[in-house]
Amino acid sequence: MREMVKLFIAVVVFSSISGGVLAAIQNATKDRIEYQQLKFVKGPTIKQIMEGCSNDPLIDRLKIADEEKERNFFVGKFDGKPDTVAFETFGKGFGGIMGVIVGVNLKDDKIIGVGVTTHSETPGVGSRAKTDPAFAAQFKGVSILDPFKVKADGGQIDALTGATMSSRGVCGALVSAGEIYKKFKPEIIKKLKEKHG
Amino acid sequence: MAKTVVQEFTKGLWAEIPPFRLVLGLCPTLAVTKSVENGIGMGVAVIFVLVCSNMLISLLRNAIPKKVRIACYIVVIATFVTVVELVMQAYAYPLFLQLGIFIPLIVVNCILLGRAEAFAAKNGVLASFADGLGIGVGYTLALTSLAIVREVFGNGTFYNIPVFGPSFKPFSFMVQAPGAFVCLGLMLCMMNILGKK
Repeated sequence: MREMVKLFIAVVVFSSISGGVLAAIQNATKDRIEYQQLKFVKGPTIKQIMEGCSNDPLIDRLKIADEEKERNFFVGKFDGKPDTVAFETFGKGFGGIMGVIVGVNLKDDKIIGVGVTTHSETPGVGSRAKTDPAFAAQFKGVSILDPFKVKADGGQIDALTGATMSSRGVCGALVSAGEIYKKFKPEIIKKLKEKHG
Repeated sequence: MAKTVVQEFTKGLWAEIPPFRLVLGLCPTLAVTKSVENGIGMGVAVIFVLVCSNMLISLLRNAIPKKVRIACYIVVIATFVTVVELVMQAYAYPLFLQLGIFIPLIVVNCILLGRAEAFAAKNGVLASFADGLGIGVGYTLALTSLAIVREVFGNGTFYNIPVFGPSFKPFSFMVQAPGAFVCLGLMLCMMNILGKK
């Protein structure tokens, strides 16, 4: 019996030391890992949208709690002023959920760029939502608060040929982006003022 | 038993080189040697884990109760593997994505447990360090040479740099799973011919 207790204690001591060490290391690397994941998954799209900004939007991001989860708003500085935010929303495409990052100018609520991040659309058809610059270009300069619809649904957006569902997915993501933007704009502006004066 | 530290190190490079002589750790050997970069990355991860776990186990060899030694070894090894995984995510994210599941799987790599049980548990810290380093470097060399053959012929590149002219048609069989077995078999055969005196 005594031996059993001894063995038990040895394993417990070992495991707890290991657990403690790992917790410390995870804590130390947490922010960096998050940054790396953003950089390689969303980074390229954000960079494309924020072309010409003078900072790294991935570092200057705002974290705002939305009920259970946390939302990331990537802030871009143009001419030294942090007046642009980009964030990710989701819409339902043909093959599943599509992730869309949209950049918005805080002054006039106009979209400066749109880019698809993750999707499972048909390669060569729906996937053009990510690769076709002409499709993304028609969102530029439109107010984020507009109702986005493809022309077939009585809206203003030219759908990709043969990929109406994917185009609807992007529009759906932008409609929800409008709602998120409306909800968080005051908080974003408040936080930016605190941070940058 | 009266081997010097240098001998403990050099035996891992030829006489006991893991995948060829001990025929251990074959799962990652076959899976990650598609490119030289992956092979070296995996090798470095194994060197780190092997050296650290060998030293720590050797240091604690009198404190670990015999009956639960395997559990204790696994805890030690798993701790270092998780450290590698976190650090790799934080500082070499693309490599981490490439190696994927094979980093956590180092825990069940027979080389580590084998060295802990067969060597570190019976020898001093310095000898265990030399043994771990030797076996680790040998493993890296084996992975790298296998990866060189597979990447050069299977993909026409070396460390992602093209080595043949544009007219070269990659022998893509080499980077697929059967190519890994064939290549490993041929190298094992060559090692045996060279080793026979």
